[in-house]
Amino acid sequence: MAELDTSGGGGKKGGKVRSKKQSTRVDLTAMVDLAFLLITFFIMTTTLSKPKAMDVAMPDKDEKQDNQLDVAASRTMTLLLGKDNKLIWYIGEPGKTPPEVEGYGKKGLRQTLLDKSKEVQEKTGKFMFVIIKPSDKSVYKNMVDALDEIAITNIQSYGFAEILPIEVKLLQEQGLY
Amino acid sequence: MPRVKVARKSTSIDMTAMCDVAFLLLTFFILTAKPRIEDPVPVDVPGSVKDIKLPEENIAVITVGEKKAFFSVEGNDIRKAVLEQMGGLYNIQFTPQEMEKFATLPVFGVPIQSLKQFLALDVEQRQRYPQPGIPRDSVSDELFNWIRESRKAVKALHNQEMRVSIKGDSKEEYPTIKDVIAILQRQKVNKFSLITSLRGESKD
Repeated sequence: MAELDTSGGGGKKGGKVRSKKQSTRVDLTAMVDLAFLLITFFIMTTTLSKPKAMDVAMPDKDEKQDNQLDVAASRTMTLLLGKDNKLIWYIGEPGKTPPEVEGYGKKGLRQTLLDKSKEVQEKTGKFMFVIIKPSDKSVYKNMVDALDEIAITNIQSYGFAEILPIEVKLLQEQGLY
Repeated sequence: MPRVKVARKSTSIDMTAMCDVAFLLLTFFILTAKPRIEDPVPVDVPGSVKDIKLPEENIAVITVGEKKAFFSVEGNDIRKAVLEQMGGLYNIQFTPQEMEKFATLPVFGVPIQSLKQFLALDVEQRQRYPQPGIPRDSVSDELFNWIRESRKAVKALHNQEMRVSIKGDSKEEYPTIKDVIAILQRQKVNKFSLITSLRGESKD
């Protein structure tokens, strides 16, 4: 198919009947096509399916109290993860500052984190500390999303903590528990 | 006078070399490819922008979905050692055949009491077997022990710390994840990885 007969058609002279010599060349085009198709498939499935991961460090549970870091409430932001992919956050102590409802993503949590960390930095001259407290009504994705936003906004100090009953109440007030 | 003929060039190209290269690459990719591990429950991994690649060895993955936990650890030698240790812990004798079978088992989620029965099934049957997940309660403490014994085995055989990672479904409710994390923290594994899929930064 890919080969055109360009031999010019000589050899018809004389009455001698010669047995036609078969060409030994095989058309490899289809074979090469197939091979490359398979290569593409294997490249895609091997390198693109590699699982990615994010590292999480949890606080040591039975750590001695004396080497625990005290962080001023004024520069601590607490995220309470509720149901329906919503969270509430507040700065300071629970119940004293009014919490705000926020969604995840670019316009929600990310903007808030950026604004607040800047604000805290300007006010106190120190970095902001973020505590993530997932409630029992939140899903795994929320936790990963929250961690992700923290990674995107480049907040260095954050941690996980158990949610307190008073914070559950805050979530209930917003209808997120 | 004879006409001057323009010699027509053949349009065919010699494909032999190209074919050789293509098949060489193909062989390489086939040999390095690892079969994808089928998840026993549908797991939709949440996305994140972090893209730390997981190591291929000395790693255990706890798959969490539908409130059930499944366990898998890399390496055939490790798996065999883990099963032996677990058998000792729960007073169950596993035959060499069962050990061989377990060594090739990528992921499982059955209580240790029914593990023998599960191993007796063939691959097809195993896929249909309703795996109840590894018990996480504090009475039998199986997930805890699986992780612990794997860590011991990795330390003993490869002289390295085992990495634990959690592969959770997006829709999984937090209490299940909390359970698993609590089990990890009880054996002082405070650092672990969450398996995520890659997502573009601009997307919200």
